[in-house]
Amino acid sequence: MRKLRQRRLAVVLFVVGGATATLSLALLALQENVDLFYEPARVTNGDAPLGVPIRAGGMVVEGSVAHDREGLGVAFSITDHAGHEFDVYYVGLLPDLFKEGKGIMVRGQLTEDGLFKAHEVLAKHDENYVPHEIHDMAEAADLAGGAQVVGTEPS
Amino acid sequence: MDSARPMGWIKTTFHKTGSPRWFFTGARPWVVGLYVFGALLIVVGSTWGLGFVPPERLQGNSVRILFIHAPAAHLAEAIYVSIAIAGFVFLVWRMKMADMLIQAAAPIGFVVTVLALATGIIWGIPTWGTGWVWDARTVSTLLLAFLFFGLVALRQAIGREDRASRAVALLALVGVINIPIIKYSVEWFTTLHQPPSIVIGEKPAIAPVFLVPLAVNVLGFYCFVAGVVVAALRARIVEREAGTQWLRDWISKS
Repeated sequence: MRKLRQRRLAVVLFVVGGATATLSLALLALQENVDLFYEPARVTNGDAPLGVPIRAGGMVVEGSVAHDREGLGVAFSITDHAGHEFDVYYVGLLPDLFKEGKGIMVRGQLTEDGLFKAHEVLAKHDENYVPHEIHDMAEAADLAGGAQVVGTEPS
Repeated sequence: MDSARPMGWIKTTFHKTGSPRWFFTGARPWVVGLYVFGALLIVVGSTWGLGFVPPERLQGNSVRILFIHAPAAHLAEAIYVSIAIAGFVFLVWRMKMADMLIQAAAPIGFVVTVLALATGIIWGIPTWGTGWVWDARTVSTLLLAFLFFGLVALRQAIGREDRASRAVALLALVGVINIPIIKYSVEWFTTLHQPPSIVIGEKPAIAPVFLVPLAVNVLGFYCFVAGVVVAALRARIVEREAGTQWLRDWISKS
C-alpha cells in the first residue's frame, strides 16, 4: 500500500512538474503576445510596428495635453519616466480618469513620423486608493507617490 | 514509529477529516456559525463600503465596487487552491472526502469567479472606459471560471464514478498552475488591470478608510462561503453514504 502511494505521488508530481515547465516555457516564449500594450521604450526604439493597429501605454506627460480649438481632437505625450516619450493624437471623448501624470492605454496606429494616431483611449487606474477628503497634501502625495515606486524598488 | 509521535495529531486530524461520518456529524454547528458570522461581517462591510466611505480622489463613487470585487476575486483563487489540494490528496491517498470536497466546491467557485468577473466589468466601464480588455489578468481569471465549470462538466461527462473522480482530481491539480499566473499577471506582463495594492512586507497603497471595510468584507466572504462549502459537502455525504447504517441512525435520532 505504501509502495502504491509512493508511486502515485511520483506520477502526480511528474505530471504537475511537467505541466508547469511546459506552460512556463510557453509563456516565456509568448511574452510579447501576452503583453497587452507596447511600452514607450518599445515604441521609440522601433519595436512597435508602423501602420498596423496596436496598443501602447504609459503615463500622460504633465502639461502635454492640448485640446484642439474646435472639435474633440486632443494631443498629448506618453512617457515611461525613463526618457522615452511619444506623441499621441486622438479625436473623441476621454475617459473620466484621464489625467496628466496618470497611466493610460491607447489603441491605434503608429505613423512613420512617430505620431500615434489613437482611436481609443482607456484609463489605467493605479493601485492607490486615496479618499477625496484628504487635505493633508503631504499624506496624499505620499500615497500617490507610491504609484511610481511600486514595481521598481520599495522605498 | 516513535519519531512520528509529536506530529501525531496531524495524522489523526487527517484521518478523522477523511471520515464522512465524523465530518458530517461534527461539522453541523460550523455551518450555522459560519453563516451567521459571515453574513454579519458582509452586512457590516458592505453597508460601510457602499454607503459610508468617502469617494475616492480620482475614481469618485466607482471605488465602492472594490468592496465586492476584491473579496470575490481573492476568494475565487482561494477556493481553487483548496480544490487543487483536495485533488492532490485524492490522487495520492484516494480519500473519498477529498473527492467530495472538489464536487461540492467547484460550482461554488464558479459562482464566486463569475461574481468577480461581473463586478470587474461593471467597475471597468466608468474607470477604464471599457468593461473588458483581453489582458493577462482578465483572461487568466476567465480561464479560472472555465476551470471550475470544467470540473463540474468533466465529472458528468464520464460515466464511471471512480474514473470521473480521478480525471476531475487530475484536472483540479494541474489547473492550479493558473493561480500564480492570475496573481503575477499584472507584474509579469503589461496589463490594463492595476498592480496589487496590498503586497506583503510593503505599506498598503489603500488608505485606511478603504482598507478597514475591505478587510471586514474579505473575512465575511471567506466565512460565509466556507459555510456554503461545508453545507454542500454534507449534502454530498448524504448522497454518497445513503443507505449506510450510521446515516440511518443519525436520521432516526434527529
